[in-house]
Amino acid sequence: MTRDEVLRIRNDFPVLHQLVNGHPLNYLDSGATSQNPISVMEAEQEYYEQRNAAVHRGAHTLAFAATEVFEAARATVASFVGAPENSIVWTSNATEGVNLVSYSFSNASLGLGAPASARFRLGAGDEIVVTEMEHHSNLIPWQQLALRTGATLRFIPVLDDGTLDLSAAAQILNPRTRLLAVTHASNVVGTINPIAELVQLAHAVDALVFLDACQSVPHLAIDLTALDVDFAVFSGHKMLGPTGIGVLYGKAELLADMPPFLTGGSMITTVDMQTAEFLAPPQRFEAGTQRISQALALASAVDYLDHTGMGRIRAREAELGRRLVEGVTAIPGVRLLGPGVGVERIGLAAVDVAGVHAHDVGQFLDEAGIAVRVGHHCAQPLHRRLGVTASTRASTYLYTTDDEVDQFLAVLAEVAPFFGVSR
Amino acid sequence: MTSSAMQQLYQQIILDHAKSAHGAVPELPALDAGSVSAAGLRQAQSHQVNTTCGDEVTVRVGLAGAGPDAEIDEFAWRGAGCSISMASASVLNDTVRGTSVAESEAMLDLFREMLRSRGTIEPDEEVLGDAAAFAGVSKYPARVKCAMLPWVAFEAALLQLR
Repeated sequence: MTRDEVLRIRNDFPVLHQLVNGHPLNYLDSGATSQNPISVMEAEQEYYEQRNAAVHRGAHTLAFAATEVFEAARATVASFVGAPENSIVWTSNATEGVNLVSYSFSNASLGLGAPASARFRLGAGDEIVVTEMEHHSNLIPWQQLALRTGATLRFIPVLDDGTLDLSAAAQILNPRTRLLAVTHASNVVGTINPIAELVQLAHAVDALVFLDACQSVPHLAIDLTALDVDFAVFSGHKMLGPTGIGVLYGKAELLADMPPFLTGGSMITTVDMQTAEFLAPPQRFEAGTQRISQALALASAVDYLDHTGMGRIRAREAELGRRLVEGVTAIPGVRLLGPGVGVERIGLAAVDVAGVHAHDVGQFLDEAGIAVRVGHHCAQPLHRRLGVTASTRASTYLYTTDDEVDQFLAVLAEVAPFFGVSR
Repeated sequence: MTSSAMQQLYQQIILDHAKSAHGAVPELPALDAGSVSAAGLRQAQSHQVNTTCGDEVTVRVGLAGAGPDAEIDEFAWRGAGCSISMASASVLNDTVRGTSVAESEAMLDLFREMLRSRGTIEPDEEVLGDAAAFAGVSKYPARVKCAMLPWVAFEAALLQLR
């Protein structure tokens, strides 16, 4: 991606063109939430101006039109991640997707659902495996599931260099393992985990694999079918889409046997006063009025990404990631969390500035118009493992310029001197 | 490029306190309710966390006597966090150690009022001492919590001894 192309892309993102504290906004927090191109905002507006109606109910023309675009959005997102349409469930966000599966499993453990749902029952003696680098979203729902069912939660440790201990993984995954929940790309160390290898290990012991794809789907070309994971979640707002929409992918044959999580309208076939029959997936998992405009807007975001080309975005972000890593490791007293140059990463780097707390680093950067994430980035166990309580994270996207990375690096280098940290 | 805004927020007093914190101890084991120290002081402590950034502070107080005139004869804290919260704990130590409960609560009210003022209150340095250096923080709503954290822990510990 040439400099001119990046500048052209930036023209599609109005929010980027503003001053913050007297400096041009340097938005390096796309790992937390990305910005929206005009086309995405227009898609949402166009829906409300021309097609707004309840989907999957009502027989009037507008309702039919709304249902059609809603389902077309599902098809767009499904094809973007290499998945069949009936394996894509809309959720409010990725976190809800994790909860959906974990509560569906606990409902199965209570004996709810069709007889076939018995395959998801968990109890004492069963093991759920996560990793030490998970975002809290892909950790706490599994902790809670273990607590509700009596299953044991185990984890694959992280090595000193911030990568997963794969030899330990081979030991930890065993015939008692029912599920492995793992992130595709780390939101802290930025590395891309060897999912194919982990899937092989997990499937060899008949465990299901649940992939947190929040940091990968926006940045890499993903084929979930080829990856052979059983479930995956990602969120719209990290991939140029709006907030309030997330995606759960589940293999169709698994979703078909799972009891619902949220229940109510629009997910049933016949209802009497004591019982109800449920629709097939994905509707079984989409109770209540859906996030229609958000789904359309997410599809529009996917079109934008597709048009730009995920291969080119991945290459561009690898470039930005390298620039970040080379830059931060050249600053005395700045420690990069995770592996250094030579390991492919998404365009993201978290650092610890010796003697200066992340919150102070973030404040100093903000004064120069630079927006970064500070804190534990919803990954306390990983920070603890790496020997820090908090870090400062810069994360890029397709609209990030080299100059922005360089400005970040220049201001980061001034942090320690300002706070009087001597070396 | 260091702006004057940064220097106003991070006054030298704050940076100094953050670097050599007064009253900080490496360990503060949990206390049983109704604990009394070897010196006969009624003790309580409180642990507070800033969920935004993970900063944490534990404050222990030991009172001689009871009621508003009871004297704060023991004060210790431990914590991990940003320079604002750590400096604030250090200043809190200097401010309340040896004062009466009534006096420290009055200081607490002043400090909180100043921090919530969004920069509109000119602090009285005569009264607040080093705590007045935190006036700049009040212009940064996201940081007010950092400065308040140890004071909130102190308040919660005192409340237990009511």
